[in-house]
Amino acid sequence: MKLEWLAYGGRHLHAPDPAAPALQVRDLAVGYPGSEKPVLSGVNFTLPIGSRLALVGANGSGKSTLLKTIAGLLPCRSGAIAVFGLKVRACHHRTSYLPQREEISWNFPVTVERFVLGGRYVHCGWLTSPDATDHAVVAETLDQLDITSIAKNPIDQLSGGQQQRVMLARALAQGSDLLLLDEPLNAVDGATRSLVGDVLARLQREGKSMIVSTHDVGTHDQPFDRVLTLEHGRVREVNNESAR
Amino acid sequence: MRVLAESTGALCANFIMEPWAMGFMRMGLGAALVAGLSCALLGVYVVYRRLAFAGEAMSHTTLPGLVVAQMHGFSLAAGALASNVIAAIGINILSSGMARRRGVREDAAIGVVFTGMFALGVILMSFAGNRSDFLHLLFGNILSVTRGDLWFMIGAGFTIVATLLLLHKELELSSYDAHYADLIGIGSGRLRLVILTLVALAVVSGVQVVGVILTSALLITPAATAALFARRLVPMLFLSVAISWSAIITGLYLSYYCSLPPGAAIVALASLIFVAAWVWRRVFG
Repeated sequence: MKLEWLAYGGRHLHAPDPAAPALQVRDLAVGYPGSEKPVLSGVNFTLPIGSRLALVGANGSGKSTLLKTIAGLLPCRSGAIAVFGLKVRACHHRTSYLPQREEISWNFPVTVERFVLGGRYVHCGWLTSPDATDHAVVAETLDQLDITSIAKNPIDQLSGGQQQRVMLARALAQGSDLLLLDEPLNAVDGATRSLVGDVLARLQREGKSMIVSTHDVGTHDQPFDRVLTLEHGRVREVNNESAR
Repeated sequence: MRVLAESTGALCANFIMEPWAMGFMRMGLGAALVAGLSCALLGVYVVYRRLAFAGEAMSHTTLPGLVVAQMHGFSLAAGALASNVIAAIGINILSSGMARRRGVREDAAIGVVFTGMFALGVILMSFAGNRSDFLHLLFGNILSVTRGDLWFMIGAGFTIVATLLLLHKELELSSYDAHYADLIGIGSGRLRLVILTLVALAVVSGVQVVGVILTSALLITPAATAALFARRLVPMLFLSVAISWSAIITGLYLSYYCSLPPGAAIVALASLIFVAAWVWRRVFG
């Protein structure tokens, strides 16, 4: 953060607890106000630093709700979430959430480069423009995801696979340590699938932690450290073995 | 030949300059350009955030404030602004809980507030007796803009431009990805309230130029036309203003030389520019 007092939402960069896992979820229940029935209940799991967890379940099982709650977009009804040992709101610099593609207004007039630059805003805060370092990070990220050639293109001209790469690029540009990816391989081409798989594997080697929601772990080229299966808002099983 | 050229030049100069010889025309032009700037800039956000219906509603919700101001001799701008701020806050309160399933849809909230406020305005007009006194509120009277009105519009325009400049990256980001804006602490709900409040300010300026019924055209039509051509936000903002100012200046000439109502002439020209642009895009891609 360039100027602490300009931080978004008054949220400053906090040092993580060095002994804490990347994520710890305890007895989590989530529900929407006005509805008695919880969308998620009794969710418990721990994500060690540098590990990769697959969140598997059918439509409506609560995968997206769980990711949004970890990201701080939805409130907990009960239970607790600790990200690097801190409260969710204290960790927004370190957490990236990639929504499903349809949650973004792709017809808005911004370029790919500008979209990815959005990942640096959390380090700028109010009234501060991204500087040369931020632009350099963006250029490097675009290169990593092989989208430099479309950097100046408006985002409304992107294919599904390119949209996915651009969203992932923004998450990388943010420099987060915990990535929450909501069905990142949904309806993308083989080249994007392979590239995203390689990038996620590299991130894991660099010590980044991630949760990837998916209908089917078999669609991912790289293995997961753990697989957590959700069914009707509850954890049905946790597989601790390497899985594809 | 030279004499002919000189006389033609003099005629052209006279044609161009004659309307602005009168103080009220210059005042009207200044007011229209400032209002056009405010509306055209915000219009881009209104179009892309799908707030066109809100813009339409905002202009109609000024009516009760305008009527009360006229009846009691207050500033029309202050009356319209008070109406709009109440409407903006009401819409935001009714709809902001939608994401958490306890509010109503934003378009439904706007519909409720807009029609209720407009009906209140009509009822208030009926108390005044002679409704023809209020016609200029409905259709605008750019030529009766006072120096005080103009200063209000300049203040509103300055506020709008300054806010758009200072919050450019946050407004842009929250316009296409509200979730990410919330995730990093920007607060998309707060920025929506900022946009609605700025729309209220722009509409108050526009109402004095083209009236309650036509103001949404100043807000939406230039931005919608610019969106047909520009692919980036900043060029789109500039193009929207250029289109708005073209319609305003040409509309005022038409009004002066053809004895047309100025507000209607401006809006009709803006619509014509949109249709021409749309056809151009259809034919030439």
